[in-house]
Amino acid sequence: MYQLQSVSKTYERRGQSVTALDETNLEIPAGDFVAIVGPSGSGKTTLLSLLGGMLAPTSGEILLGGQSLYDLPVEERTILRRDKIGFVFQSFNLVPWLTACENVQIPLLLAGRSGDQQQERALEMLDRVGLADRVDHRPSELSQGQQQRVALARTLANDPQVILADEPTGNLDSGTRQQVMDYLTEFHDDGRTIVMVTHDQEAAAFAGRTIRLVSGVAKDIVVPEAA
Amino acid sequence: MCGETKQAAQRNEFITSFNDPGTEPMNLRSLIWKELWQRPTPMLTSLLAVTLGVTALVAIQNITVYSEQKIAGEMDSLGANVLVLPPTVTLQDYYGADMHGQTMPEEYVTQLALARMPGVQNLAPKLCVEASVDTIPVTLAGILPRSEFEAKSAWQGLNMLASPVGSDRGCCPTATSVGGDDDPNSLATTRTVQDLGDHELILGTDIASQLGADVGDELSLLGEDFQVLTVLPATGTIDDGRLFAHLHTVQRLSGAGPVVNVIEIMACCEDAAGDLISDLSAELPETRIVTIAQVIETQVAVNGLMSRLSWVFFGILLLVGGASIASVMYANVAERRQEIGTMMALGASRQFVTRMFLGKATLLGVTGGAGGFVIGTILAALLGPHLLGVSVEPMPQLFAIGIATATLVAVAASYLPARRAAGLDPCLVFKDA
Repeated sequence: MYQLQSVSKTYERRGQSVTALDETNLEIPAGDFVAIVGPSGSGKTTLLSLLGGMLAPTSGEILLGGQSLYDLPVEERTILRRDKIGFVFQSFNLVPWLTACENVQIPLLLAGRSGDQQQERALEMLDRVGLADRVDHRPSELSQGQQQRVALARTLANDPQVILADEPTGNLDSGTRQQVMDYLTEFHDDGRTIVMVTHDQEAAAFAGRTIRLVSGVAKDIVVPEAA
Repeated sequence: MCGETKQAAQRNEFITSFNDPGTEPMNLRSLIWKELWQRPTPMLTSLLAVTLGVTALVAIQNITVYSEQKIAGEMDSLGANVLVLPPTVTLQDYYGADMHGQTMPEEYVTQLALARMPGVQNLAPKLCVEASVDTIPVTLAGILPRSEFEAKSAWQGLNMLASPVGSDRGCCPTATSVGGDDDPNSLATTRTVQDLGDHELILGTDIASQLGADVGDELSLLGEDFQVLTVLPATGTIDDGRLFAHLHTVQRLSGAGPVVNVIEIMACCEDAAGDLISDLSAELPETRIVTIAQVIETQVAVNGLMSRLSWVFFGILLLVGGASIASVMYANVAERRQEIGTMMALGASRQFVTRMFLGKATLLGVTGGAGGFVIGTILAALLGPHLLGVSVEPMPQLFAIGIATATLVAVAASYLPARRAAGLDPCLVFKDA
């Protein structure tokens, strides 16, 4: 699904060059569930932004489905992101003045779906994450776990092939964390590729593969087989 | 399998049975509308300046346009009348020409009559004094009926009152000269009456209703009793609030002596526009000669000034409104950074984000323009009759100008904030990580 070929990303900060990602080569096959771990400032967010088509690398190439992501014009990259990539954020990033249903309708609106299609799909997704009785609630009227489930429903709205999750359990208690990870596992079982940035070892354990980023260099962590 | 089918059926039932307004289809318009009502105060505040700008323009333009129309109508009905005034008088209101308190000798009237100037059709001297009827303060105007002129042999020789309209002297027809009948109500339109007894009164419509007086009633004024000869029809001028009596009676009772405040001259257009004014000035060098055209020019100039000022107010308020909208929009972009970044991460294009902000600006502009037009028109309709005695109707062209300009200003003011929003880095959605 993803191929990173000698990808580097450097920033200029106060006249100094900071390397967030250094000559990284990485392959993420379709249907993989990858956890990216590492200390703060190791380049996890940068990697997620690069994979999401929102941040061009300083050098190297990122291929998505064989297509060089950053050879596409901005408009086409936006369309590709809309149709093929779903995002899950640490702080859910729901629009506070829209209801749960309307939040899920946003990607569908952006994809140009008709009103009926928007409504049908949004209700279907909310039903799938167990919020059929909360469709008309605003985020402030929902618990943290419910908000993240609305965000998961929004992620699924356009049926993306890839889900990029940024600390999806970072703001959740342990019970809700388990619930969200169960949903992500379910989405993975549907055949989707999931790339998840996390500090949480328990959440990382749900992934089939863990990549550790240290000072912008990615290394696969080999998890010993359970006895 | 069976379980899956049952679950799918339940899901479909849930979807089809759901008919709540909260699940309305989303589009750009509904997105703008919902966001606007989520944060209404700053937007409505900035909208107020735009609305006020359009209100000022519509109200003032409306009043001035209708005032100009009224003046044009008065010009048509009054013809080229001339006023002879004491030299130090300044004058802005034709109907208030005798309200300045300064006097000049009545013998000027005789002097003018004897001068036999071509173009002079009639003379109407006036003296205005303050009095009271049953403790109600009133303005009493002394006027000289045409019969007085006819009674004086020296003036009869002039035969000026018998001059027909459009006579051989080339006079233009005017309402003044047309109304030379015996009806005392002709005072309302021609400024003169044929006959008026020493103890007869003519009442303006407003003062008549204030005093509760009608034709034939007796009124005590300045120590003597008068009989109401007639009540004039409404003219929309200060004459509606006056009482008219014989000039010599007013002079005697007020103790003013043989003086007048003004001599109105009903003159032919061509003569008034030609040598008549210079002839009058030469005949009466101690007076000030003013044509109604000059008075109207002053009023028109005032209207023109108001009209230009309305554009200045409009411009200033729109600039303030535009700056306010720009400021609020910038604040709105800053406030919604996370929200906009999320939308861009979800696939919103830069054009979509730009349209979201410019659409909101258009909505504000149209609302401000329409609101300003409605408020301005209502203001003009309320103030027009009181300020300038004009009745005002809505002017559709101001609706178009108001909406177009307000929208243009709102969109222009929001353009840079919209571009800033569209240029936001969607990566900011990850910054919490």
